[in-house]
Amino acid sequence: MLALAELDLKPQETVIVSGIGQAAKTPHYIRTNVFNGLHGRALPAAMAIKAANPELTVIAESGDGCMYGEGGNHLMHTMLRNPDISVFVHNNMVYGLTKGQASPTSQRGFETLVQTADRQGVTSEPFNPLALGVAMNASFVARAFIGDTEQTKEIMKKAIQHKGFSLVDIFQPCVTYNKINTFRWFKNNTYYLDGAYDSTDRLAAFEKAIEHDKYPLGVLYRGLPRATFEENSGIYDVDKRPLFQRALDKKKLKELIQTKVSGL
Amino acid sequence: MKYSIAISGAAGQGIDTVADFLAAILKESGLHVFVWREFMSRIRGGINSAQLRVTDDRTGAYTFRTNIAVVLDEGASEHLNRHSRISEDTIIVGEEKNIGAIDHDSRYVIAVPFSEIAKEVGGTIYLNSIAAGLVAAYFDVKESTVQAYLSERFGSKGEEIVKKNIDAYTRGFQIGQRISDILGPMRIKPNPGVRSQLLLSGSESVALGALAGGCNFISSYPMSPSTGVLTFLAQHARDFGVLVDQAEDEIAGMNKGLGAWFAGGRAIVTTSGGGFALMTEGLSLAGMLESPMVILLGQRPGPATGLPTRTAQEDLKHVLGASHGEFPRVIYTPGTYEEAFFLTQKAFNMAAHYQVPVFVLTDQFLLDSLGTLPMLKLADTKIEQHVVKTKSDYRRYLLTETGISPRGIPGYGEGLVVVDSDEHDESGHITEDLHLRTKMVDKRLRKKAALLQENTVPPTLVGAKEPSILVIAWGSNYHVVKEAISELGQDSIAMLHFCQVYPLHEASLEYLRSAKRVAIVENNATAQFAGLIQRETGFGIDRNSMLLKYNGLPFAVEEVMDFLRGIAKEEMIMN
Repeated sequence: MLALAELDLKPQETVIVSGIGQAAKTPHYIRTNVFNGLHGRALPAAMAIKAANPELTVIAESGDGCMYGEGGNHLMHTMLRNPDISVFVHNNMVYGLTKGQASPTSQRGFETLVQTADRQGVTSEPFNPLALGVAMNASFVARAFIGDTEQTKEIMKKAIQHKGFSLVDIFQPCVTYNKINTFRWFKNNTYYLDGAYDSTDRLAAFEKAIEHDKYPLGVLYRGLPRATFEENSGIYDVDKRPLFQRALDKKKLKELIQTKVSGL
Repeated sequence: MKYSIAISGAAGQGIDTVADFLAAILKESGLHVFVWREFMSRIRGGINSAQLRVTDDRTGAYTFRTNIAVVLDEGASEHLNRHSRISEDTIIVGEEKNIGAIDHDSRYVIAVPFSEIAKEVGGTIYLNSIAAGLVAAYFDVKESTVQAYLSERFGSKGEEIVKKNIDAYTRGFQIGQRISDILGPMRIKPNPGVRSQLLLSGSESVALGALAGGCNFISSYPMSPSTGVLTFLAQHARDFGVLVDQAEDEIAGMNKGLGAWFAGGRAIVTTSGGGFALMTEGLSLAGMLESPMVILLGQRPGPATGLPTRTAQEDLKHVLGASHGEFPRVIYTPGTYEEAFFLTQKAFNMAAHYQVPVFVLTDQFLLDSLGTLPMLKLADTKIEQHVVKTKSDYRRYLLTETGISPRGIPGYGEGLVVVDSDEHDESGHITEDLHLRTKMVDKRLRKKAALLQENTVPPTLVGAKEPSILVIAWGSNYHVVKEAISELGQDSIAMLHFCQVYPLHEASLEYLRSAKRVAIVENNATAQFAGLIQRETGFGIDRNSMLLKYNGLPFAVEEVMDFLRGIAKEEMIMN
């Protein structure tokens, strides 16, 4: 909310899109336009909203289950399209709303009522959103820790101001269902990238993305500036107006229909 | 008078090219044409066919009867014969090797050394023009018509190519003159008025209807037989400002469509039954958000992958019952290209007005066929936006008498637009106030009542006003039933065609009660529309009044005639 205020975004020109989960309820606490859609499906909607009206600032916000689990395929394909939207993923490494099952980002050995202790808890490799982002050449990839409000806000602001797709993975404790990855755990297991780090170096970014002794925080990767999905659509080249301000050119349509007289 | 030409061969041999070529030049000569195709789900090989019907009056139906069969591959005449499309009157035209060894009933065979002629002209690619010339000869197509067509079609490839095609066509034309020795002179009087008519495919009709409806967003995953609509819109995207996205899957396609409508776009998603199965979660979201949505569903036989390139009417129940929760929807089932155009156009206005999903439910037979039709009048169409400029106290789900809340969009006005897939209050925010929940369900369902009262398309009665036998048809069976009735020449039989199957128009029951006997024709095995009629009106149609076909092919006129003849006999109308 602070990030939005400091960027002077008008609530009327901002849309927060979310899915389902604890984090997905966030937009109900912020005074903006809201599209609270389906579990896992925030990104297709967010991309389309931006494409239908590029004048809007579009932020998609949800949890790790929504964005990385149910919506994993959409995450990958939205990155590839590069719409000018920001994606904030509250990553607490556990499913909260369904009461404590593993999430795609849960660490190996994490025990739940489903991923039971007698079966070694979680046995899958944890999903790595940052490595995916760098691998897919997402145009902005970052990580924040919610315990540090000031830095998190700054990273979010950078993401919103970035032209193109931006992903911010936000480490966040779940006080109810995750007794392993606590506030203290996150604090002890993260560090900030320093000023010498070059976020445009993709290979270095990939190295950082797969570090797991301690997790880096900050902007990991910025791709070279490139056209957004909306720009590439070709429909805003000449006419910059959003779709709702346009009208059908009936004369043109009549001409198109007329071409169907020749059977070619 | 009606002629039927079958062109059959392997995929990749250019059957479609021949059929399209002939359709264009015959129409230009003042004849009505209709082309439909049946093909296998493979890119090369197999045996496919196209049927070209040349008529004095418009038609849009398949017939078994074939006057001229052009067989371009071995197995082609056997293929046609297996589907009752070769009779003893059929003239079979083809290479010696393709017609010689085949067991068929035809007495008339014209052996044509296609490959040899093509080689002389310049290569096998000219085979198509030879075949076209052969058929065109019978219909007396003027040389200038063909020259104009080929120049326009191949002009960009150079004069040499045009010349060789004309050469090939002429070689075919010379041989084709033998056809009239067998078939007698051509008995259709050309009508110059046909020349200024349209030659459209079902896919083009839907896509043009979408443009006329103000469509400016499409997000679809390619799937036969719906892909033609996506392709057409993509090809005209820049000209008409249509944002085209080939979605990563149908789940995304539907959610993108909803995002676009939310932000003020007018979106369509195109798919077939299997793709629509993935869209049902998003469809339910449309119900809850009260979002407009237009869905083009081209049916093909299922379950699962089924017969990907064939036709069916199997997804009515799928569309009708899809999605969790209860909310209204509209289902159009066009029977002609005009209906495909105008109903798709209308779908956008209805979706915008009532804030409900609207389906254009059609099939492979209609989408992949093409034919002549009168010029579409855009003056009859209007784009209704149904968007309001919001005030600061705007509430997206304001409870109203009709159930319709004024639809605002973000960035237009002082208000905020909040939509939620959870049950919500009037402002759009999540609620668990269960009293309000009841009100919101009632509000959403009131829109169906409003729809029924104001805006449901009635069924069309074709034929006698008070018929003894009333045949129900929906969707693409319009032409086949119409032609069957007309061929029988019985004025006591009429067709009641539904181009909107849900909600059913109030007058439906009255029509059903007006006839002594009600029969139904459907391209499925379980009489899905008969079931819907019974559920909605209480009117039952008995099992032996049903003609059901589900082998992946459309009905042939003869099949419907046999069925009606049987019923007429039972009713003592015919001997």
